[in-house]
Amino acid sequence: MTADVSALVELKGVSKRFVKSLDLAAKIGNRFGAGMKEEVVHAVDNVNLVVAPGEVVGLVGESGCGKSTLGRMTVGLLPLSSGERFWQGESLAGQDAGTARRQQLKMQMIFQDPYASLNPRMRVLDIVGEAPVAHGIIRGTQQVEYVGLMLNRVGLDPTLMRRYPHQFSGGQRARIGIARALAVKPQFLVCDESVAALDVSIQAQVLNLFMELKGALNLTYLFISHDLGVVKYISDRVVVMYLGRVVESAPSAELFAQPNHPYTQALLAEAGKVTPAKRTFVPIKGEIPSPLDPPSGCHFHPRCPHAMTKCREAVPPLIEIAPGQMSACFLNTP
Amino acid sequence: MIDSDEALTEPVLEVDGLRTHFFTKAGVVKAVDDVSFTVGRGEVLGLVGESGSGKSMTGYSLMGLIDPPGRIVDGSIILDGIALRTLTPEQQRHMRGNRIAMIFQDPMMTLNPVLRIDVQMIEAVLAHKHVTREVARARAREALVKVGIASPDERLQAYPHQFSGGMRQRVAIAIALLNRPDLIIADEPTTALDVTIQGQILYEIQKLTRETGTALIWITHDLSVVAGLADRVCVMYAGRIVEQGSCEEVLAHPAHPYTQGLLDSVPANNERGQRLKQIPGMTPSLLDLPPGCPFRERCSYADAECEVSPEMRPAGGPGQSVRCFHPLVPVHS
Repeated sequence: MTADVSALVELKGVSKRFVKSLDLAAKIGNRFGAGMKEEVVHAVDNVNLVVAPGEVVGLVGESGCGKSTLGRMTVGLLPLSSGERFWQGESLAGQDAGTARRQQLKMQMIFQDPYASLNPRMRVLDIVGEAPVAHGIIRGTQQVEYVGLMLNRVGLDPTLMRRYPHQFSGGQRARIGIARALAVKPQFLVCDESVAALDVSIQAQVLNLFMELKGALNLTYLFISHDLGVVKYISDRVVVMYLGRVVESAPSAELFAQPNHPYTQALLAEAGKVTPAKRTFVPIKGEIPSPLDPPSGCHFHPRCPHAMTKCREAVPPLIEIAPGQMSACFLNTP
Repeated sequence: MIDSDEALTEPVLEVDGLRTHFFTKAGVVKAVDDVSFTVGRGEVLGLVGESGSGKSMTGYSLMGLIDPPGRIVDGSIILDGIALRTLTPEQQRHMRGNRIAMIFQDPMMTLNPVLRIDVQMIEAVLAHKHVTREVARARAREALVKVGIASPDERLQAYPHQFSGGMRQRVAIAIALLNRPDLIIADEPTTALDVTIQGQILYEIQKLTRETGTALIWITHDLSVVAGLADRVCVMYAGRIVEQGSCEEVLAHPAHPYTQGLLDSVPANNERGQRLKQIPGMTPSLLDLPPGCPFRERCSYADAECEVSPEMRPAGGPGQSVRCFHPLVPVHS
């Protein structure tokens, strides 16, 4: 496979399948013809993703659409079931352990829950300072000074470094999570719902911090969120996922001005605007289907107002409908 | 829906000077501190605030669900002419679920996992009404239909785990509707749900308040939900209402610097690439809050005058009032 050399990170045809294998009872049952099958969840199904250096890519979707799984695969926290991962045009598969280890440091993740993602028994000094010492970025004797520098950078008082996570507020903990990711000098950050747990006024502070750091450290972000307001504000390009597949991808301005896929249109219609106008809520029909048993063809067809027979039978390909705008819908190919 | 002028003439709920304090070992936490508002029949009141602002505790106080070390220390709550605070616990129990109902945030926690939906719903009817099981069952079925649940007869037989999150929240709303209460308090009922499912729930709620004339208090941190749903808004900060008024007035012409700051912090209200306007600092601890305006540490308008606590006073549009010495809209004398 050839890769895009200008891209910082590229995913090609990646899939993630979670398989619940048969237990003993089911295996015995099958001996007697029970016909039990393994349960397979296609969390991510043949996704291509390109992130250019310095770009902020927003990844949007509802719960269970596979956006977090894709984020974890991007940084290498989850192995790929199929497909390939590239860093600056070089495949990350089959590297020797040492290279892979150094490579890994360039990609870091900031997690969703600022409460659960920090070890409650470790001091901030160790939470932030452990990885750079372990990876030989700094010497053990420099740890205090280095952690102080990192805390300053994310807007925390360095004198608090000997405290435990429970002594901080939600917004401060989010900052500790960011400092921990930055401590190993990454070039690429995956932010998985990093501001979802914060109040609006604190969320604004953390989003501002993300943008400041991007400028100062020349960072690239994959920003995962269900909040379209946040994604619209922060992203250059937006990728919309539904049940494991990318349904639309476009530059932020185009996507919000002219959403093409019916699912994107529905999402944008539901996204609240803080304009003081009483509105009548017009719901999209139906529930989000279970990824264990997704609908045939286009996954969105049972809820789509434009569904045709074709949509039940075949998967619509993701095709370019305008410069930079890709959409997977049969309405574009009559 | 009744327009707000008419609603003001016939309030179904009047809360005046409500104070709920928690007496902890570390000190007194004034979770709700001098809160007053009214809700008219068929009116939707949005109670907005960040975490720790006392919005949920206001809801619990109205329901009489404050546990020790917490206690309502002052104020009156009058529901349709009945002073709730003077009632005995037994009488209060008779109000809950009957005249006043609550929908909680987490639909996974509100339903009993080991009881079928019909058992839970019939129980709720029989607790308050002297009717036969058949009548109660018919009423449960009717409530499920009202909240848009398909094939209600089969769904009545199901257990909560067989429902999705959105469906569970619909069931919780159906249970709240069972005894046709005068007032429903909804505490962030769509926060745990996805956007498209949230849209469905808001649609049902809007339809229901229009049809039944039930008053609704919608507690939320999400300004966009309030913008589309509420008739009037109360903005809470550190246990106090800092601003109230019609939804249009408060969101278009906020009077309190905190409301303005909140609206400015919403990413959707900002230009892409521009720095978000943020409120500096963080919410103060409610433990032994110093006197004066609780927002003054974070406020760019604060001066020496703010060392004493401001009183609520009318400002801006009709029905709008603000608790601030330096409101952003003209004050009426």
